[in-house]
Amino acid sequence: MARDLRLVVQQIRYQNKIFWRTPIAAFFTLVFPLMFLVLFASIFGNDEIEELGITVAQFYAPALAVFGAASATYTNLATSTAIARDEGILKRVRGTPLPPWIYIAGRVGSAIWIAVLAVTLMMSVGILVYNVELIGRTFPAAVVSFVVGAATFAALGLFVAAMIKNGDSAPAVTNATLLPIAFVSDVFIAIEDPPVWLDVLGNIFPLKHFVAAFGDAFHPGLSGSGFAWTGTEFSEVTGTGEYAIGLHIAVMAAWGIAAAVLAVRYFRWDPRGMEGRVKRRRGEATVSGNDIESDGV
Amino acid sequence: MAAITVRGLTKHYGSLRAVDGIDLTIEEGEVFALLGPNGAGKSTTVEIMEGHRDRTGGDVDVLGFDPASGGRAFRERIGIVLQQTALERELKVEEAIHTYAAMYPRSRDVDEVIEIVGLTGKRSSRIKTLSGGQQRRLELALGIVGDPDLIFLDEPTTGFDPSARRQAWSLIDNLRSLGKTILLTTHYMDEAQNLADRVAVIARGRIVAEGSPESIGGRSDGAARIRFRLPTGVDAALVPGEPIVDPESGSVLLSTPEPTRLLHELTGWALERGIELEGLAVTRPSLEDVYLQLTGDDDDG
Repeated sequence: MARDLRLVVQQIRYQNKIFWRTPIAAFFTLVFPLMFLVLFASIFGNDEIEELGITVAQFYAPALAVFGAASATYTNLATSTAIARDEGILKRVRGTPLPPWIYIAGRVGSAIWIAVLAVTLMMSVGILVYNVELIGRTFPAAVVSFVVGAATFAALGLFVAAMIKNGDSAPAVTNATLLPIAFVSDVFIAIEDPPVWLDVLGNIFPLKHFVAAFGDAFHPGLSGSGFAWTGTEFSEVTGTGEYAIGLHIAVMAAWGIAAAVLAVRYFRWDPRGMEGRVKRRRGEATVSGNDIESDGV
Repeated sequence: MAAITVRGLTKHYGSLRAVDGIDLTIEEGEVFALLGPNGAGKSTTVEIMEGHRDRTGGDVDVLGFDPASGGRAFRERIGIVLQQTALERELKVEEAIHTYAAMYPRSRDVDEVIEIVGLTGKRSSRIKTLSGGQQRRLELALGIVGDPDLIFLDEPTTGFDPSARRQAWSLIDNLRSLGKTILLTTHYMDEAQNLADRVAVIARGRIVAEGSPESIGGRSDGAARIRFRLPTGVDAALVPGEPIVDPESGSVLLSTPEPTRLLHELTGWALERGIELEGLAVTRPSLEDVYLQLTGDDDDG
């Protein structure tokens, strides 16, 4: 067991190394959301948004931190895992005594570690540059929200990696899902009084719940520690509201568990693109899929 | 003791019988080569033994394990060198070997492995900067770093230049002298001839011949061929035995199960007449001849 834990730590560090040596992934995960914060604070000025009762940065820093965490787990994990499978790296690992769960734990652990860095970086810049306020009372609930959210998006990333044919389509699939959902999840814009369908749409997906559970922890006008089932939204009339993460956590966990179950069910270690769709010379059958002979060509 | 025992192995994909009843026994410490054209069932067979693929039927015992369910304990004792290079390009050579070494309970010394495969000068280089041959040598290093008892080498020298091939061969020879069992697949006849204690030829999902490289397919019992050219003006019909004249090259061919005797008669005949037999050669069918004959028109090379 101690040996397995050491192997997990080693695999996490191994994946981290690969991440840092792929500058494009590091840029999109760490720098890109930061650019949005700077941009929004410049466009709107860092004044108080009246309806929300907080400053622009106080709203955007946690929302964009969540977005960074989602791309570190969902986008990066799906893309790097699918590409590693295309390159035969997963198959090679499968031929070693390293238990598959340790390899996956290494990938997930590394993705969550990068998400921690993305969130820390975003919040630090917010605090140091834009006077974002950190609230001790809600900090534990914020941490719990982050852990559940990051784990959920990691599971979704592995689910996407399991379902797509090859790594080339991974960035398209992840961006085409994450970005539109981000627009209805209060990441880039806080929609006041949205049409019902937009509200429902946002509430179906886990990102809005991640943003709410984590972001509300940074709203000085909300009361409570967050450890409650449902709260109330901040009202500009009364100047109060209550912070609660229970329902948000439940929705995220439901997505995460479903994604994890399906990912386990459909995960493949064999590259499909290289071996599939090979026309058999003997003419008896045309076989596609991952279960076919791979004699050299 | 047998390292690998395979009985009645089959693998079907729908109506396609990729592996159609294979029996194999590979002894401990043996270097065994599996030859066969593309699509013959060679890689499928090896991947079933490696635990990468399920089988349709038959019994497979590898080092006392069923590869389909052997799990971690089984994989700790085998080393797999895949056909394609499959490595994280951004890692350094020594990082990759260290990471793989940690997966095994009794791994070899990393420095020693780097030296064995001849990558000492490249140990701190990123994998993406290695040449194709160097990447294959790194694959080899990862296959042996766990000090396995059984090593699967899938076309280990494909794409190597001649000197890199010689190096790889001497490395495989080293592994043999350590008592490792090696199962290699290859397209190269000379590779099988140089390395293997025994060879099996696989075609259409079945083993069509098995034996030492010297004797396989009746090579050692088959007729030897004597070939030479006669000076102009000498009638080939006068040559002892049953000479055949190759109309293209003008060479005379003799085929015989007793080359010593016939050669003696032939040279005696020539010496009596003061004739020099130009380009005189005695040959046996090469492993390649046997292979091509056994696999027939299946091989599209």
